[in-house]
Amino acid sequence: MPAPAAAGAAGAERAGRFARFWSANGAGYMFLAPWLIGFMVLTAGPALISLYLSLTDFDLLRPPNWVGTANYERIFTADAKFMASMRVTLFFVIFSVPLKLAFALAVAVALNRGIRGLPLYRAIFYLPSLLGTSVAIAVLWRQLFARDGLVNSFLATFGIEGPSWISHPDYALWTLIILSVWQFGSPMIIFLAGLRQIPTDMYEAASLDGASKSRQFWKITLPLLTPVIFFNAVVQTIESFKAFTPAFIISGGTGGPVNSTLFYTLYLYQEAFGFLRMGYASALAWILVVIIAAFTALSFLSSRYWVHYDD
Amino acid sequence: MTDATLSVAAADLEAAARRRRILNLVVHGLLIAASVLMLYPLLWMLSASLRPEAEIFGSTSIWPSEISFEAYRRGWFGLQESFGVFFRNSFVIAVLSVIGNVMACSLAAYAFARLKFRGRNFWFAIMLGTLMIPYHVTLIPQYVLFLNLGWVDTFLPLVVPKFLAHDAFFIFLMVQFFRGIPRELDEAAMMDGCSPWRIYWKIMLPLSMPVLATAAIFSFLWTWDDFFGPLIYLNDMRNFTVQLGLRSFVDSSSQSDWGGLFAMSTLTLVPVFFFFLFFQRLLIEGIATTGMKR
Repeated sequence: MPAPAAAGAAGAERAGRFARFWSANGAGYMFLAPWLIGFMVLTAGPALISLYLSLTDFDLLRPPNWVGTANYERIFTADAKFMASMRVTLFFVIFSVPLKLAFALAVAVALNRGIRGLPLYRAIFYLPSLLGTSVAIAVLWRQLFARDGLVNSFLATFGIEGPSWISHPDYALWTLIILSVWQFGSPMIIFLAGLRQIPTDMYEAASLDGASKSRQFWKITLPLLTPVIFFNAVVQTIESFKAFTPAFIISGGTGGPVNSTLFYTLYLYQEAFGFLRMGYASALAWILVVIIAAFTALSFLSSRYWVHYDD
Repeated sequence: MTDATLSVAAADLEAAARRRRILNLVVHGLLIAASVLMLYPLLWMLSASLRPEAEIFGSTSIWPSEISFEAYRRGWFGLQESFGVFFRNSFVIAVLSVIGNVMACSLAAYAFARLKFRGRNFWFAIMLGTLMIPYHVTLIPQYVLFLNLGWVDTFLPLVVPKFLAHDAFFIFLMVQFFRGIPRELDEAAMMDGCSPWRIYWKIMLPLSMPVLATAAIFSFLWTWDDFFGPLIYLNDMRNFTVQLGLRSFVDSSSQSDWGGLFAMSTLTLVPVFFFFLFFQRLLIEGIATTGMKR
C-alpha cells in the first residue's frame, strides 16, 4: 500500500520541517508571543472588523446588516455635525500646533544660552505638559475661563468685563487652544536636545565672519533644527487630531456651545457610545485614519523641500 | 601696541561683557515672567482648594486669608462613593498596567533586539506601524469583544491589553536601549550554554534598569491620566477611577461646590507631581532621546 506510506512520509517530512523551523526560530516566537497574540486579537482583527462594520448599520443590539457605502455617503453629503467637527478639529490643529511649537522653540533657544538655573526653568516649563491631559486640568481650565473665573477677575482689575469664555461659541475653542499651547514642555525638551547637537564651532566661525546673532539663528540654528521641527510637527499634529479629554470636560460631553468644541473624537464617541451607531462610528474612525495617514504622507513628501538632513 | 590701543580694546571687551550681562538679565526676566504665568493657574487651584468657599471667586490672589481643609473633607465624601475608592481603583489599574507593560514589552523587545528568527524584520515593521494607528479604529470591535467576554465594568479591558504589549511604544523604547548593551555579554553567556530565557532574565533585565524605570513611570502616569478607557469600560461608580470620579463631581455639583472640586482635582494631581519631583531626570531623558509626545 504505497499511498498511506507516502502520506506518512510526507507527514513526517512536514513534522521534521516544523521541528527544524522551531529549533531555529522557536525562542524568538516564544518571546514575541504576548505581543503577537495582542497584535492579532487587539489590533489586526479589530481593524479588519471595524472596516467591515463601517459598511453595516451595526448598533450593538442586533446583528449588523450590510449597507454598502451608505454610511460614508451620508457622512460626506448629509451630516452637518461631521462637517462641524471637521472644521473645529482642523481649526484646532492649524492654530494650536504652530503656536505650541513656536513657544517651545523660543523658550528652548532662550534656555540654550548656557543660562544659569536651566534645570529649574526646564522643570517648570515641563510640568504643565506632564499634568496637562488629566481631568483635573480640564476642570481648572473650565474655571479659569468661566464668567467669574480667574481670567475675568484679572481683566476686572483693568476695568474690563470679560464674557464667559467657555460658553461663548467664538471663544470656547480658543480656550482649548490656549490649554494646548500651555503644554509646550515636551516639544521644548526635544528642541533643547536638538539644539545641543549643533556644533558650537559653526557659531564661532559665523561670529568671526561678522554674522549677527539673529542672522546666526536664521542661517544656522533653524536649518540645522529642521529635522527636529519636522518630527515635533508630525507628532503634535497627530496628537491634536486625537485630542478628547479637555473638550469633553469643558463642554460637559456635548461639544457645545453650538458645536464649537465638537472635536472629531468627541463626535465619534457620541455616535458610538451615545447613540450606539457603531457602524456609522466605525466609518468615522476609518475617515480619521485616512486623514491622519494622508497628513503624515504629505508631511513626509513636503519634508524633502524644507528639512535639512546633514549627511 | 601702545597703552592707548590696549585700553581701547579693554574698554570694548568690557562693553561687550556689559551688553551680555544686560541681555542675560533680560532673558532671565522674561523666563521668570513666563514661569509665573505657567504656574499661576496651578498655584491658584491649590490655594482655592484651601480657602473658605466664599473667597474662591472674584480674587486673583493666591494667598488664602485663612487655611482650611474643609473643602477636602467635603470633596472626599462628595459622591455616593468616597474618593478613597477611586484612588484605590486607579492605583490598582495603574500598578497592574506597569507590571504588564514592563513584562510583555521587554519580552518582545528582547526578541526584536537580540534573537534571530525568520520574520523578525517583518514583525518589527508591523510593530512600528501599529504606533501610527489611532486607537479609534480598533475601539468598537475591542469593545464588542470585551462585552462578549463579560469584561465590561471590570478592570480587565484596561489591564489585560497591557499584558499583551498593546502599548507598543514601550517595545520601541526598550529595543533602542537593548541594542546599546554590548553583544559580547550575551554571546559569552550563550557560549557557556545559557538559554535565551536566562540571558534575558540574568543579563538584559538587570542591565536595563534605566529604561525599565522610564517605561514603568510613563505607564503609571499614562494609565493614571487615562480618561477615555475608563469612560467607556467602567459604569458602576464602585469601579470608577479618579478621573471618572472627578468627571462625576463636575456633573453633579459644579455649580455648588467649587472648593470640593478643586480639592479633589488637586489630590488627583499629587501622584503625578510626586513622579515629576523624584524622577524628573528619567522623564526628561526619556523624552529627549525618544521624542515622546508628553
